[in-house]
Amino acid sequence: MQLHTLTISEAHDLLKRKKITSVELTRAVVDRIEAVEPKVLAFLTRTFEDALEQANAADKAIAAGKITPLTGIPLGIKDLICTDGIRTTCGSHILEDFIPPFDAFVMRKLKAQNAVIAGKLNMDEFAMGSTNEHSAFQVTHNPWGLEHSPGGSSGGSAAAVAADMCLGALGSDTGGSVRQPASHCGVVGLKPTYGRVSRFGLVAFASSLDQIGPLSKTVTDSAILLQAIAGHDEADSTSVPNGVPNYSACLGRDLKGLRIGLPKEYFDIEGLDPQVASAVKKAIDTLSGLGAQTVEVTLPHTEYGVAAYYIIAPSEASSNLARYDGVKYGLRDKQKTELLEMYRGSRSQGFGPEVQRRILIGTYCLSAGYYDAYYGKASQIRTLIARDFEQAFQKCDVIAAPAAPTPATALGESLDDPLAMYLSDVFTLPANLAGIPGISVPCGFSDKGLPIGLQLLGGHFAEETLFKTAYQFEQATEFHKKRPPL
Amino acid sequence: MKLTKEQVLNTARLARLDIAPQDVEMFSEQLASILGYMEKLNEVDTTGVAPTSHAISLTNAFRQDRAHEHLPRDKALSNAPEKDEDGFLVPKVI
Repeated sequence: MQLHTLTISEAHDLLKRKKITSVELTRAVVDRIEAVEPKVLAFLTRTFEDALEQANAADKAIAAGKITPLTGIPLGIKDLICTDGIRTTCGSHILEDFIPPFDAFVMRKLKAQNAVIAGKLNMDEFAMGSTNEHSAFQVTHNPWGLEHSPGGSSGGSAAAVAADMCLGALGSDTGGSVRQPASHCGVVGLKPTYGRVSRFGLVAFASSLDQIGPLSKTVTDSAILLQAIAGHDEADSTSVPNGVPNYSACLGRDLKGLRIGLPKEYFDIEGLDPQVASAVKKAIDTLSGLGAQTVEVTLPHTEYGVAAYYIIAPSEASSNLARYDGVKYGLRDKQKTELLEMYRGSRSQGFGPEVQRRILIGTYCLSAGYYDAYYGKASQIRTLIARDFEQAFQKCDVIAAPAAPTPATALGESLDDPLAMYLSDVFTLPANLAGIPGISVPCGFSDKGLPIGLQLLGGHFAEETLFKTAYQFEQATEFHKKRPPL
Repeated sequence: MKLTKEQVLNTARLARLDIAPQDVEMFSEQLASILGYMEKLNEVDTTGVAPTSHAISLTNAFRQDRAHEHLPRDKALSNAPEKDEDGFLVPKVI
């Protein structure tokens, strides 16, 4: 048996029945990483020694009868989630040597379950990018077609899961950064409701939009991972105090009577690849065959989403990234002997071009005389987009849509035109603006063999409905069983 | 829409970024194209629409006011580019 190919729930079952040990499982994952990582380049930091120690500890816990769904399971972590004592770069030169002195809330949750951490995964710098080409260190390749991007910004996380280099991973989603790479790499990616998972220790990009989410091989595993990381945290004042439901319990429920909303604006969007449209339409037929009914809904402000998002997110980023000044941590330009010069030198050397571009956009949009025209206006449009969803969810339980307008782009294709890259987020970023959850599940392949994802969106805290729908779809199809030819 | 060289340089100054002379033109064009696209929002009448800053609004996120452990000084200083025993060192300010 090739242990690295297991899903989290399969591995858990074998660990529980003492058919395998976590050390065996972790060794298999380490071997797999050593075999395929040279082609994929998903890891920025490997933590194999720690992982084997954690595996040992997990085996001891299991022997003592203490097993949870993630005990002994090797996972990967996007490199903007702070890991105590382990370098956390955010894919940026400015944090190249940053070693967090604390764990993010989600890391504490994973450690409490005796999970195993195989390493830190590549990403676009500060999560700004849709292809992983904006990482300061390396370009991750899509396991399904090595000349293609894995998507972004959690491209390393999606590629590592798709390539069986970890059993599951955490990413973060500010405008689609979990769902879009999941779609491009043929894995399951969930963005939870804003506030469902604490952002404590998640390096901030756009605080009102950021949310940590799991990437996994199956919907069952997605539910297990969300269960592990969800919950209230008083260190994040936007973390919600609502109780966390049992997500695995909803998986088996049938779809009879489920109303699936089809936004009429979504299927006419310019740039929607016909292969994606056709795969998503087939997926909707599959859901109808399972007892769901479709209803047309309208999200009239769809065409304004990208513009509103690309004002709000860079504005928040320009403020959040002001902390990188070469004083308390991160790169410092030591040639400069004057304070302001030192700030400017450190930031200009430390940030890559896409991050600088977004800081400039955000600074401009927030600057005197422009604030009302840009940030103020975008925040009002945000209200209208959130209202669109509220109204749509009175008519339906979930909305079905593509996760991305095209399959993965070829590497190098989108680097010259930032606006073109931004426009490709059209299906994902409305969920961040409205704070609602969304999941991407594999629903087909392009003629080049690249994965296509079906995105399901729900109202606030409707993760159970998303899991149920995605699970029934997954059980009725074979897409998630196909592995990339590595 | 066009962004002048001065506008780009002024924004960079506010953002504490140095832009290399050869990059000013590139940023000017890219920012103009992106901000030009944003003008699409003016098609929408937003009179009387309240702005949203957070999609899930919580009020009064209180917690108990009790003392708990904070990062010890040596750990807080562990990533400092320059430091002494007590704090962060920066270039002379005055």
